[in-house]
Amino acid sequence: MGETSINFAKASSAALQDQQLRGNFRRAMDGLMSKRAVQFADTAEWNGVRALGASVRLRALSKLPELLEKLEANCTRNGIQVHWASTTDEANAIVLSIMQRVNAKLVVKGKSMVSEEMHLNAFLEKHGIESLESDLGEYIVQLDEAMPSHIIMPAIHMNTKQIAHLFKQKIKEAEYTEDVAQLTDLARRVLRKKFATADVGISGVNMAVAETGTLCLVENEGNGRMSTTVPPVHIAVMGLEKVVEKLEDVPPVISLLTRSATAQPITTYVNMISSPRKEGEKDGPNEIHLVILDNGRSGIYADEELRNTLRCIRCGACMNHCPVYTKVGGHAYQAPYPGPIGSILMPQVEGLEKRGELPHACTMCNACVEICPVKIPIVEIMGRLRSEAVHPGDAVRGAGSHASKAEAMVWKGWSMTYASPLAYQFATALLAKLGNAAPASLPLLKEWTNVRSKPRFANRTLHALAREKGIPDV
Amino acid sequence: MSHDGTMSRPDIERPESVYFFGTCLVDLFYPEAGMAGMELLKQQGVRVVFPQGQSCCGQPAYNSGYREEALKVARAQLDYFPGDWPIVVPSGSCAGMMSKHWPDLFKGEPDEARARQVASRVWELTQFLVQVLKVKFEDQGPPVKITWHASCHAQREMGVTDEPKALLRQLANVELVELQREKECCGFGGTFAVRHPEISAAMVGDKVADIENTGAKAVVSGDCGCLMNISGALEGGKKPVRGVHIAQFLKERTHG
Repeated sequence: MGETSINFAKASSAALQDQQLRGNFRRAMDGLMSKRAVQFADTAEWNGVRALGASVRLRALSKLPELLEKLEANCTRNGIQVHWASTTDEANAIVLSIMQRVNAKLVVKGKSMVSEEMHLNAFLEKHGIESLESDLGEYIVQLDEAMPSHIIMPAIHMNTKQIAHLFKQKIKEAEYTEDVAQLTDLARRVLRKKFATADVGISGVNMAVAETGTLCLVENEGNGRMSTTVPPVHIAVMGLEKVVEKLEDVPPVISLLTRSATAQPITTYVNMISSPRKEGEKDGPNEIHLVILDNGRSGIYADEELRNTLRCIRCGACMNHCPVYTKVGGHAYQAPYPGPIGSILMPQVEGLEKRGELPHACTMCNACVEICPVKIPIVEIMGRLRSEAVHPGDAVRGAGSHASKAEAMVWKGWSMTYASPLAYQFATALLAKLGNAAPASLPLLKEWTNVRSKPRFANRTLHALAREKGIPDV
Repeated sequence: MSHDGTMSRPDIERPESVYFFGTCLVDLFYPEAGMAGMELLKQQGVRVVFPQGQSCCGQPAYNSGYREEALKVARAQLDYFPGDWPIVVPSGSCAGMMSKHWPDLFKGEPDEARARQVASRVWELTQFLVQVLKVKFEDQGPPVKITWHASCHAQREMGVTDEPKALLRQLANVELVELQREKECCGFGGTFAVRHPEISAAMVGDKVADIENTGAKAVVSGDCGCLMNISGALEGGKKPVRGVHIAQFLKERTHG
């Protein structure tokens, strides 16, 4: 592993020691899983809507370049200004230039994972612009100077008590309370003042409709609507894969998204943004900008198998159902996108040299694949990336960066032995005789025996027993 | 692989003979489970063939990113299953590797069609006992309370969910208490257990707690990877619960 590589093992080790954190995640994920199951209790309905959702995403990806052009044309016609960014630096620069033109000092933000990918808040602060998260979870995380630990519920790693302490410590007018309604009310009061005075509102995009030039945004707190309608300028940021072809593609995807994410049949707010304020209209921003970010996505798009990563609608259900994520929490991944989708997306976006360990943060149990609403073959892509990490090639950035001569030799030796019946039977017979003499302190065995007894080789192999019992060979 | 989580496979007629693919883990660590699996099949009047040339489905290398090495080992198996008989495997994971991943692994190779043909004949043991042989067991053991651990790949790659529990429920003196989180991975994951020993330990720790809460005397499973992990943790923690492969458990209950 290179020096820049992110150490998942180390971070997860720290998370595992934190019993409070483990309890918070266990309870939260158990709750989310059972609530989601209720939403999709009708298997036939689930299979139907899932097939439909997957086909919407597949169709969109099958003509992605064409749809993006159409989206740009229709947005432009609607008065939405479209900007293209191939890197997060470019995206940040575009956002900044808009801010500087309108002399913005304060930005309110709706929830946006792409803005996390851009590290937009830190960037804006550096340029003297206050950027305030208005989604309650994001607001909590921002106050705590932390990263989101989940793409839908950014503060899911914290319990009410921890949030109560944080508010008391960071908000001037706060009095200590563990009452959720009072805490929410306090955040609302702080944020309301900011909405009224913000120069710019920033949001993400759940889907962008090519044929109409419409930006869809789902949310529950009304902060998304405030961020996109109250300030005079609205900037939406989206990954280039978020486009869908038609307006009629929206309902099945929203239905899958909200039920998979928060077990809601629909969110409290569904925003369909089609243009800036028109003459005679009483509200809405004067300007809308759409920043479309590539950041490695077109590279992912070029590979037929890896392209499936881009189907994702960011519901977060894969996290909720991942036994590894549930144990270590989102921060261990040190990435805007944690959990299974993060483990396949981050290595492709940031390169395997930095993120090559993430595809191994997985037992390949397929729990994520089973519930993914758009049928992303997450585990197959995980396997593919494991292979890319140890073999030089050009499909993924950093391919071959985790190649180890020793490991390659082990597998080569293994394959030679296991592909030859004679060598295999010789080796296994030898292990049956001598294997148990191996000391538990051997590498690998040592890791295993920390919490487990040593595996015991049987005295005789199945091959030997079958021969003795006269079981026919042909 | 099916991404729907469930798969139903068409019924086949009861064959005169079957192949038994023992798996490398059973070969070295749980041969008694392999022998029990073959016994169960023979009890039903089926001729069992155990090709001595077999070794491993290739999964360890495949999941570690060494596909060429996996292919080499998988390819070496093809010669040993020439008849048109079903191939019965006492592991959902290895069966899943063969039936779901071999087609990908051999894609574009000259022997792709042959590999697909072999893969299409693969059955997980309990699936075969229930769906094809339609076994009916008579319990001969004393009363006992057990629980069932579902292997991830049996459930999600082979679509085997109810079959093993249906077999266990045939046993009159066996009380089956289900785990609270039956579908959750035990944390084995092949090389995952040694690559991320702490996370794996936390996962199997949760599994052991779940097992203990049932009050069961034994945890039965259909996959030796899970079993090695769970039994190892039960033993390591000095818990008086026995881990046992379903084939062996069924044989013990029905054959004294």
